[in-house]
Amino acid sequence: MTDTLLATPLDALHRRLGARMVPFAGYALPVQYPSGILAEHAQCRSRAALFDVSHMGQVLVEGPGAAEALQRATPSDLCSLRPGRQRYALLTTDSGGILDDAMIARLADDRFLLVLNAARKTLDVARLRALLPGAVAVTPLDDRALVALQGPASEAVMLRAGAAEAARLPFLGVAETRVAGLPALVSRSGYTGEDGFEISVASEDAVALAEALLADADVAPAGLGARDSLRLEAGLCLYGNDIDETTSPVEAGLGWTIGKRRRLAWDFPGAERIRGELENGPARLRVGILPEGRQPARAGTAVLAADGTPVGVVTSGGFGPTVGGPVAIGFVATGFARDFTPLELSLRDRLVPARVHTLPFVPHRYRRNTRIG
Amino acid sequence: MSEMKFTKDHEWIRLDGDVATVGITDHAQTALGDVVFVDLPEVGRIVSAGEACAVVESVKAASDIYAPISGKVVEVNHALADNPGLVNASPLVDGWFFRLEPSDAAQLEALMDETAYAAYLETL
Repeated sequence: MTDTLLATPLDALHRRLGARMVPFAGYALPVQYPSGILAEHAQCRSRAALFDVSHMGQVLVEGPGAAEALQRATPSDLCSLRPGRQRYALLTTDSGGILDDAMIARLADDRFLLVLNAARKTLDVARLRALLPGAVAVTPLDDRALVALQGPASEAVMLRAGAAEAARLPFLGVAETRVAGLPALVSRSGYTGEDGFEISVASEDAVALAEALLADADVAPAGLGARDSLRLEAGLCLYGNDIDETTSPVEAGLGWTIGKRRRLAWDFPGAERIRGELENGPARLRVGILPEGRQPARAGTAVLAADGTPVGVVTSGGFGPTVGGPVAIGFVATGFARDFTPLELSLRDRLVPARVHTLPFVPHRYRRNTRIG
Repeated sequence: MSEMKFTKDHEWIRLDGDVATVGITDHAQTALGDVVFVDLPEVGRIVSAGEACAVVESVKAASDIYAPISGKVVEVNHALADNPGLVNASPLVDGWFFRLEPSDAAQLEALMDETAYAAYLETL
């Protein structure tokens, strides 16, 4: 650990907007602005919120056979990913755990952009360099910023920011285009369950981009606090909380990220454990947990069966502002993973009833179809 | 109505007749952010000065609330169950947590007055 926190290119802007800055994965980042987490959360669900996610790793993987090469690190079927499209993928360890989760965009036949977790990016790059052939270059783009514009008004905001091409992207589409006149790499994706865009620009353009978007009456800044409550309601995993090197893709309910063709060859890291779990079922599963009452169940809360037997643990939990009550994600023994299974949560000095709840808690509202015109 | 006193843990307490009302300060509610749940002590519980006897949860985290002085809990603010946001909106009035019958009202003298608390906040 170092004492010095890294600053994103938007650091001064956050402070000017009155953000409360906190350390996160080695960076100083806004946890909230003066309006507060509940208002920022509501802003994202009702209009549009702008998040600085410049701490995340942006890594270019480029060279002949880049798709086949990248498949050495992930069970994702990247050969079938079309240029101009993006996919959620897992990097796996040799023992079948999750090294990191990532958004992988195919920019061209032999050119991919990975967006990685800040706390994992150094490890990921070392892993990729060790696994990929020398002709495929792994290049961290340390001179780029990344912002996420999220919420139902995002498309209209992009149109008003002169980003018509980006506004036409389908869900998980990617384009090298312009936003507010600035060269940008845009994907239609995010981490909130809402329609939205992630916009990568050169660091020196970050403030101009953020100011242009924030000038729109439908946009307000949002911090890590709202980002966490939004992704929790959307049932999305947080690396380090819900998934890590000990959890497998199957246990985490992320088996869908394993490509069909990859299940014929079983040629990815950790295939032995993952294949065994796919064929025989895992010992535990990630589930949504809805506590009764209003008390949030935080990460680490013990999960018990109705008869008091310990069956699992909460890995992410808090208050869901859109749900209007506590929500949690956790792991339970497979026999207790079915929807509506009654559970008990050990909260401080008492047991609180809960039940397994389908994920997400709040339905995703992604843009599914290409818009014409 | 007597003077409001303050603890280093950012509770306030005010003695009115035989009963003292306890809450958290404006500084505390600002630091916590949006309050979404308050866990209050049971009426009748005997608490000692410094004892954790309530919990306040914001969107991000949970914090213990400590009894500023010793005594018996005689009333809790049921309005917080349905509207925990009162702690943010009105920390010193409507957002009170519980009321105590002090076992030794003289313990109040050891707490900070408003001027001392303001000076204490400056040191943080």
